[in-house]
Amino acid sequence: MKRTFIFFLLSSFIISSCNSSSQSPSNTSTKYIENKGSDTIVNLALAWAEKYQNENSDVRISVTGGGSGTGIAALINNTVDIANASRSIKEEEIESAKANGVDPVEHVIARDAIAVIVNPENPVSELTLQQLSDIYSGKINNWMEVGGEDRPIVRLSRETNSGTHVYFLETVLRLGDKDNKTLFSTDTLLLPSSEGIILEVRQNPNAIGYDGLGYVPDDLKMIAIAKEDGGAYVLPSIPTVNDKSYPIARDLYMYTDGEPTGIVKDYLDWILSDEAQEIVAELGFVPVE
Amino acid sequence: MEKSLNWREFIITRLIQTSGYSAIVFVALIFFFLIREGIPTLGEVELSNLFSARWYPIENYFGIVPLITGSLVVTIGAMLIAFPLGIGTAVYISEIAPRWMREILKPLVELLGGLPSVVLGFLGILLVSPFLRVFLDLPTGLTAFTGSLLLGGIAVPTIVSVAEDALDAVPRSYREGAWALGATRWQTIWRVTLPAAKSGVLTAVMLGIGRAIGETMTVMMVTGNAPVLAVKLGSWFSPVRTMTATIAAEMGEVANGSVHYHTLFFIGMVLFLISLGVNIAASSVVFRAKKRAERILS
Repeated sequence: MKRTFIFFLLSSFIISSCNSSSQSPSNTSTKYIENKGSDTIVNLALAWAEKYQNENSDVRISVTGGGSGTGIAALINNTVDIANASRSIKEEEIESAKANGVDPVEHVIARDAIAVIVNPENPVSELTLQQLSDIYSGKINNWMEVGGEDRPIVRLSRETNSGTHVYFLETVLRLGDKDNKTLFSTDTLLLPSSEGIILEVRQNPNAIGYDGLGYVPDDLKMIAIAKEDGGAYVLPSIPTVNDKSYPIARDLYMYTDGEPTGIVKDYLDWILSDEAQEIVAELGFVPVE
Repeated sequence: MEKSLNWREFIITRLIQTSGYSAIVFVALIFFFLIREGIPTLGEVELSNLFSARWYPIENYFGIVPLITGSLVVTIGAMLIAFPLGIGTAVYISEIAPRWMREILKPLVELLGGLPSVVLGFLGILLVSPFLRVFLDLPTGLTAFTGSLLLGGIAVPTIVSVAEDALDAVPRSYREGAWALGATRWQTIWRVTLPAAKSGVLTAVMLGIGRAIGETMTVMMVTGNAPVLAVKLGSWFSPVRTMTATIAAEMGEVANGSVHYHTLFFIGMVLFLISLGVNIAASSVVFRAKKRAERILS
């Protein structure tokens, strides 16, 4: 995360410095948008910025990562035009923003959903969040315990440095509870890539894995998830993520100071267009409807 | 004429000398760097944490014991496979195979040695691991044993190549002497040729171990990377996480100068010390064997 962030930081510096030296003297109409925040969104924001700049040569957008907190803090201090966040703004952040004369306005710009996948031969097709937590923390070790065949469960996860790993840990293993200190079972296989997880799930009927919804190939089986016991089991899909019935999904946000105006408004409107939302799907996120 | 020749001689000698010393300088620099980046971890992480059985760096669990056992299990397994196979192949090529066979086998083995390890990793993920899971009825094919098999494959060419050279260097008169005393072919190989080439064969094995313990890509792809303490016999058939795979997987994304960063360098240091230990052990054995041979001959 840190590396990529530094890389983007550097590249955005280079891009912006090139522009300021080569263009600003001759072309005074160039407008700048400062965009900063979540590392989860940074690739998406960069892809958007690149495409938007290609189409609108008078706008320059500099994108940096650093984390949701960093982005919101920068918005509160009025140093950025748009803050990216993979969580919604906290009460105390709104208060300190108000104290600073900043009025944060929220825009949902994409959604992020994690699909739980198993081999198509596996008869299990529904799990509750609690069962999923027990599977990954090592309390449930056989598919029989969740209504499947008598097979050992092989848990697959991304490496610990992946943002998906951390989100899965917080939302599924710890059920969104901050004081919960549940950890992944030590025998969880930590695979270095999404591709590794998909390959293993494809050939191993014992395996369970997870991945961004946009990356799951058609030949693997997705599990329908219920938020609590007795709740409805929901399969991940673009509609169920958008109507919030699928539980392992989150909104991704951009925040502005007050309702956006001028080029920032143009940019945010463009982000919600079909053209920009196509990029969302390409990067494995869920487009907003 | 004479003078310029002397000058050239002088420069060439110095160049060769420098490249000779550079190896020592590089090793010393690398070790110094590892210590500088790795030692701080001893002050930052409690020893009871560092030598515990839980590796989960994002929540400050820095137990490196599972990683050490993981590397050892995979490497020892690889040597159990590569040692007999490598020595067997070397003996066959040098002692038994007819000339034409030898001329095919040797380049082929060397070609195997040049295979990129990531390619072997792919083969492991797509062919070996699914096969082992079904054949041995394991929960998953991504195990220490899969890693050992592939690492064995990587170490074999090194072992064959060096051991074959050592066997080749045994004077023909030794074998003729043995035959003259009525020894069979097998007795000649086992009692005369192999012992005579002992130091070369040992070097071959040590180089193979070095190759196996330092290998990263293949291991990361096929061993499953689960940081489980591998101390039971069954651990060989379950997933493990090696030191090399841990460094490779985590170093790219770690914050420079953080506790996690220092701990990864500390693991590198442990790895370095293990290879150093293996090399020192090998040299001392070879040295003793030489001494003994000199005594007998004199």
